[in-house]
Amino acid sequence: MTDDHQLRVSKIQNGTVIDHVEAGQALNVLAILGIDGTSGETVSVGMNVPSDRLGRKDIVKVEGRELSQSEVDVLSLIAPAASINIVRDYEVVEKSRVVRPETVSGVVSCPNRNCISNADEPITSGFAVLSDGVRCDYCGAIVREKEIAANLDVS
Amino acid sequence: MRQDHLISAVDLSREDIEAVLDRAAEIDANPAAFRQRHAGTVLGLCFFEPSTRTRMSFDTAMKRLGGQTVDMGPVESSSVKKGETLADTVRVVEGYADALVLRHPSEGAATMAAEFIDVPLVNAGDGAGQHPSQTLLDLYTIRENAGLDDITIGIMGDLKYGRTVHSLAEALTNFDVNQHFISPESLQLPRNVRYDLHASGASVKEHTELDEVLPELDVLYVTRIQRERFPDENEYRKVAGEYKIDDETLAAASDDLVIMHPLPRVDEISPEIDDSDHAKYFEQAHNGIPVRMALLDILLSNDD
Repeated sequence: MTDDHQLRVSKIQNGTVIDHVEAGQALNVLAILGIDGTSGETVSVGMNVPSDRLGRKDIVKVEGRELSQSEVDVLSLIAPAASINIVRDYEVVEKSRVVRPETVSGVVSCPNRNCISNADEPITSGFAVLSDGVRCDYCGAIVREKEIAANLDVS
Repeated sequence: MRQDHLISAVDLSREDIEAVLDRAAEIDANPAAFRQRHAGTVLGLCFFEPSTRTRMSFDTAMKRLGGQTVDMGPVESSSVKKGETLADTVRVVEGYADALVLRHPSEGAATMAAEFIDVPLVNAGDGAGQHPSQTLLDLYTIRENAGLDDITIGIMGDLKYGRTVHSLAEALTNFDVNQHFISPESLQLPRNVRYDLHASGASVKEHTELDEVLPELDVLYVTRIQRERFPDENEYRKVAGEYKIDDETLAAASDDLVIMHPLPRVDEISPEIDDSDHAKYFEQAHNGIPVRMALLDILLSNDD
């Protein structure tokens, strides 16, 4: 049990711990971060971990990576209760809750294939953040929270 | 009008709408007074999709205000065919014209185009998105024939892809109008239009059968159900056949029912209705001239 426990919560040296992710969203968090296992980062994922606050939660630890603001913005859309812990030399140096932005730009693609933002035009996709999703600045299409992960425009 | 462009009916307030309709009524009453109003003004027509009445009525409207038009012509013979972006096209045409009218097959095209230019832009249809200048002439026709408050309107046909429907339904939320939406289930209002209607406090009452609401309607706005929206011909024929209007259908309607259609129609309104007092769709099409004159007059005056 001890080994298993240590494995699950083992500390990272430098990087980011994304905690209090809604259960079931961990793989989408990895998708937002563009992590598919081929780029070499050491990643630990806990799924359906018991949580006082959420009942069950997912947790993602990424070694050697600190999140950009745009990544945090999108994270907030699929994991509104998430907390971001920046770790340097095994210590948490920065701890913050995600804050839903009013807009997100360049990280979600419009699911409407006929939207001008999907054409070859010199613009970046942009969305207004609603209470339960986002809305395309161009065609007005509404993407519900649970559909956002399928429309991420991150590489 | 508060904005420099007309992109979406959502941007229109009641005051904006009434300003255009009142100006259109002035023009209707005394067209000669507006004949040289915009002499020397050039309107650019950029139609990336076929259009007959919208293109011709904007062309006529500008000329009746004393101005001129430059037309991009068909896409096949333009630089778009060489791969030019819409953003570049409108920036080039902006240099030739004092205002632009844009029709494009992609939703959001007018919103994007407006980001790149400083002259007034009118969205003359963006894919299955919006067609707000059509809405203004629809509202003018409704106001002339039934009034714009305390009425019940049925909007029928292709509500999912029909851009005239999206703009009209959203604009009507500025008035005391009871809206009913009649369509096959597969062609009901899209999510974003429902969102806007709910956000403005309007209720969305949906029906699959016209006879559920026909007797209480003051206005029936009919739109075409397009063949290409259906996977097979049989399904299309079955559905389209259920949303046709003829003398028999109208037996249950009020004597004062106003029937409108943005045109072109195929067979959703039987020609036998054309000579009845119900039929207002040709009047509606004719209203495109004073209303578009009024719209251009207001947008171009903003720009002065």
